[in-house]
Amino acid sequence: MADIIPTPTGHVRLGSNAGQPLTRRDGVLKVTGAATYAADNRPDGLAYAVFAHSSVARGRVTSLDVDAAKVHPGVIEVITPANRPPLGRDPDGKAHMFSWRTEALQNDTVRYAGQPIALVVAETLEAATEGARLLAPRYAAEPARIGFDAGEAYDPPAVGIGSPPNFAKGDVEAGFAAADQVTETRIETPLQYHNALEPHAIVAAWDGDRLTVDVPSQAIAMARNDFAAYFEVPPENVTLRSPFIGGGFGSKAILNGPQLLCVLAARMVGRPVKLAVTRQQMFGHLGHRGATRQHLRLGVDGEGHLTALEHNAISTTSSFDDFLEPAANASHNLYATPALKTHHTGVRVDTGTPGPMRAPGEASGSAGLECAMDEAAAALGLDPLEFRLRNYSETDPASGKPFSSKALRECYAEGASRFGWAGRPLAPRQMRDEAGCLVGWGVGTAMFPAPMFQAKARATLARDGTGLMEIAAVEMGQGALTALAQIAADGLGLDGDKVELRAGSSELPDGGIAGGSGHTATAGSAIFAAGSDAVRKLAELATRDEASPLFGAGNAGVVGRAGRLHRADDERRSEAYGDILQRAGLSHIEGEGAGARDPADAAEYAMFSHGAVFAEVKVDPDLYQIRVSRLVGAFAAGRIINPRLAKSQLTGGMIWGISFALHEDAIHDPRTGRPMNADFAGYHVPVNADAPSVEAFLVEEVDRHVNALGIKGVGEIGVTGSAGAIANAVWHATGVRPNRFPIRIEALLH
Amino acid sequence: MNLFDYVRPASVAEAVAAASAPGAAYLAGGTNLLDLMKAGTHRPARLVDITRLPGLDAIEVLPDGAIRIGALVTNADLARDPAFVAAAPAVAEALLSGASPQLRNAATVGGNVMQRTRCAYFYDPDSACNRREPGAGCDAHGGDTRGQAVLGWSEACIATHPSDFCVPLVALDAVVEIAGADGAREVALEAFHNLPGDDPANETVLRPGELITAIRLPAEAARFKAHARYLKLRERTSYAFALVSAAASLAIEDGAIVEARLALGAVAAKPWRARAAEPHLVGVSVTAAGFEEVARRAAEAALQEARPSGDNARKIELAMRVATRALVLAAAGSPARMPALPGSVFAPVPTLTAAGDVHG
Repeated sequence: MADIIPTPTGHVRLGSNAGQPLTRRDGVLKVTGAATYAADNRPDGLAYAVFAHSSVARGRVTSLDVDAAKVHPGVIEVITPANRPPLGRDPDGKAHMFSWRTEALQNDTVRYAGQPIALVVAETLEAATEGARLLAPRYAAEPARIGFDAGEAYDPPAVGIGSPPNFAKGDVEAGFAAADQVTETRIETPLQYHNALEPHAIVAAWDGDRLTVDVPSQAIAMARNDFAAYFEVPPENVTLRSPFIGGGFGSKAILNGPQLLCVLAARMVGRPVKLAVTRQQMFGHLGHRGATRQHLRLGVDGEGHLTALEHNAISTTSSFDDFLEPAANASHNLYATPALKTHHTGVRVDTGTPGPMRAPGEASGSAGLECAMDEAAAALGLDPLEFRLRNYSETDPASGKPFSSKALRECYAEGASRFGWAGRPLAPRQMRDEAGCLVGWGVGTAMFPAPMFQAKARATLARDGTGLMEIAAVEMGQGALTALAQIAADGLGLDGDKVELRAGSSELPDGGIAGGSGHTATAGSAIFAAGSDAVRKLAELATRDEASPLFGAGNAGVVGRAGRLHRADDERRSEAYGDILQRAGLSHIEGEGAGARDPADAAEYAMFSHGAVFAEVKVDPDLYQIRVSRLVGAFAAGRIINPRLAKSQLTGGMIWGISFALHEDAIHDPRTGRPMNADFAGYHVPVNADAPSVEAFLVEEVDRHVNALGIKGVGEIGVTGSAGAIANAVWHATGVRPNRFPIRIEALLH
Repeated sequence: MNLFDYVRPASVAEAVAAASAPGAAYLAGGTNLLDLMKAGTHRPARLVDITRLPGLDAIEVLPDGAIRIGALVTNADLARDPAFVAAAPAVAEALLSGASPQLRNAATVGGNVMQRTRCAYFYDPDSACNRREPGAGCDAHGGDTRGQAVLGWSEACIATHPSDFCVPLVALDAVVEIAGADGAREVALEAFHNLPGDDPANETVLRPGELITAIRLPAEAARFKAHARYLKLRERTSYAFALVSAAASLAIEDGAIVEARLALGAVAAKPWRARAAEPHLVGVSVTAAGFEEVARRAAEAALQEARPSGDNARKIELAMRVATRALVLAAAGSPARMPALPGSVFAPVPTLTAAGDVHG
């Protein structure tokens, strides 16, 4: 990265460690199995819990054969609504904006298939599993409501997490009336379940009124506080450890009922208890992406400029809580239009409550919007990339604010060049490969907000020349331990191998939420500030110490680098950190820092990462099997801390786009509401053979407003743009416009 | 998972005796059985572990040229056995198109023949399934029927057999060798699996305790080795069961087909030998311009009796297209080497040589 990117002024600069494509610091731990995930914990005296789940989607549990379970060898305890001890907080309450209504055996109501209805604790996993089966539940079942048409429609008070459900700017009807062309696009997206490689698991152990939980958490401090509230102990009595997460994607940000039951069980039986959900149980209470049915109208004038854009989305949620996939909001901030209208309708169905799943709203809404843009471009006879450029927005279409930075034009150019977009025939079915397969090219724009949460960090410089950074940051496979350590090293003015980063525990300063693609920006800002603070204190010591070669340099006149403070105006005069501390009689010195968005910048600017994704698909001309033969993305996301890890995040997101376009599809039986493909044999995600060539390129972008470090985020943006680009390539290959994701062979058959 | 007895017999006779008890099940690779047990779909009272039985893991060429594959040979070992691949390339291709390397390392030949349907309603213990529980009913009717049968199904059951391996085997007249309490016997693979009829739980002709000891490929199978392909249609490029598949094998002399074999996978409760198609191909020149039309007519004959078992009518058309393509590919010749994507529509098509024999 070029050195023109501004760095915070002070004693340290970002860019010695940050910006380097380092490999993962925890790579060896992970590939050798030494990294400890929640379910790997086996404290002495451990008992195992398994929950029985409902096989009906709506009704009441009328009987459970508790006696049969209890007499099974090894079964210790059976928890049902009849004996479940009280909780300090109502599982059906909404204590804060990240509270989801959940099932912790508060009553016998069944509201979706897969809902926990009892918990069995036993000496072994096998005994607990069989005990749960022996409960042989009986139900008073009511017909399940599954699908857009069976569910109850309503006007939601909000979509996503607290976003307004509707938006309008300008007069869309006037825009359509003035348009030379109006195109309509209808598309559906299915229910999708997160299915991180690591299924959810928790190990809970009580010591008096102190609780230790090993549980993967994307929001460590928030979860710690929630556990404390449920179990009526002070937050400082709860230790939550989450050193490694095997993928979260949003599903591990929110507390869920079985976690509460496991903690309850540990208290009831007076032993540590482990609960690890099965893959099948991942299709129930742990959140999912709700299905959407989208309808878009695009009005375009003779020059190919949008005159109006309308995006309506119907999103499914549960019968008892609200999380609406905010799909239509994907149209708010991308293409320039004088008139913009978005609208959401909710449909209540008998599934668990959806939740944020990697790019919630952006993924499904981008798929719809990019298909609609392609359809409009084709109707105009215009290259779809040219059409997007004609509707490039210089300011945020929804708010009118300037962008804090926007290198999307450069992304289009870089992506098109890397892909070889030039010369693409306008009409479909024009290209074949040497084997006779239909070949199609499609493009989609990627975009994702650049939010920040709040985080704190604590830095320590020790006399031995090492540094310690402490923050409850979250390593969930994205590489946080590595990227944040790079920022820590720069913040402390140390080489990377002299810095220890302690993360993943509630005993550490609050690292905020690892979600919304804002973790590196938020935790990184806190870390850099904490490191800078420690070096500032060290500089004060040195410049006031007559024995130091830095004496009299003035507090602002020294810089920290590789474990030494140097005079800014004379590099030859320097002193090691350890020597300064030793002479001061100190073993160490501490600094503190916080990370959060500057409210003034937030008020003034619209902040987004951008990208352009280009897809090539090959489609058998008779059998219609589809393969994404090439996927090329170019992304601008502010300062990149670790290009290797950023590309890994981006390509992972793009592969998720393949998954969205061609594979993921949770099938619920319409009569019972049960998920019928609740395992990896039935619920497909891409394998290596489905992603033969996926490349992400980074486009340089300087952002002086998003935060002091110029960091946006890369965690979710790769999903956006990709699914639409693939669908558009399928059209270009076959001439068939998909109207549902995933695109099935039968949908193309003719 | 229920409590069960685990026994490890030392001989085939001991195994048969141990497995003759009600509720017993043989355990070999366990790639299907253990999943079924964990799901609660299958709850055997006794597992008879045959993995240490001697003499069941060899691939032998018999004096008459037949190939005898021991029941405990793994899918991976068979698919990489040079002599076997040369003699039956489409069988190897089918094996390698299935599952994943890890599963193929564990799964066995006998277990592949014995694998259960992937019907979601069979797997789900809370759904009614006549195959799992006779007389319970069939919740697959009216449910998600995309993967269900279009041939040979009944009101009692619309499930399909998921094997890839069995499809070319049934085309090549493979024979199942069986040991039982009354001695050894053998059954043509084509007659081994039962169509559901009124009794879908009666899945095979095996009698209680009987054990598959080997699969035998008759010597005449080698006649087709130069023109044998397996083609498998599915959305995911690898590691997915077939939406529909076909194995085509042609014996060609002087550029004309003297004998044709066609079988379909994932269309019925058994690997489906499409005998009705085969006469359409005999005497046809594979290099003639109209071969694809002939192949299509043969494929239509193969599916003549097909009818949708739900919302899966398009599967019939797809099956015809897959069968047609498999025949065209077989006519072009077996590939000189195993394609990188075995059985895939994205595998390259070999160029047809004048002799119609690219396999050497």
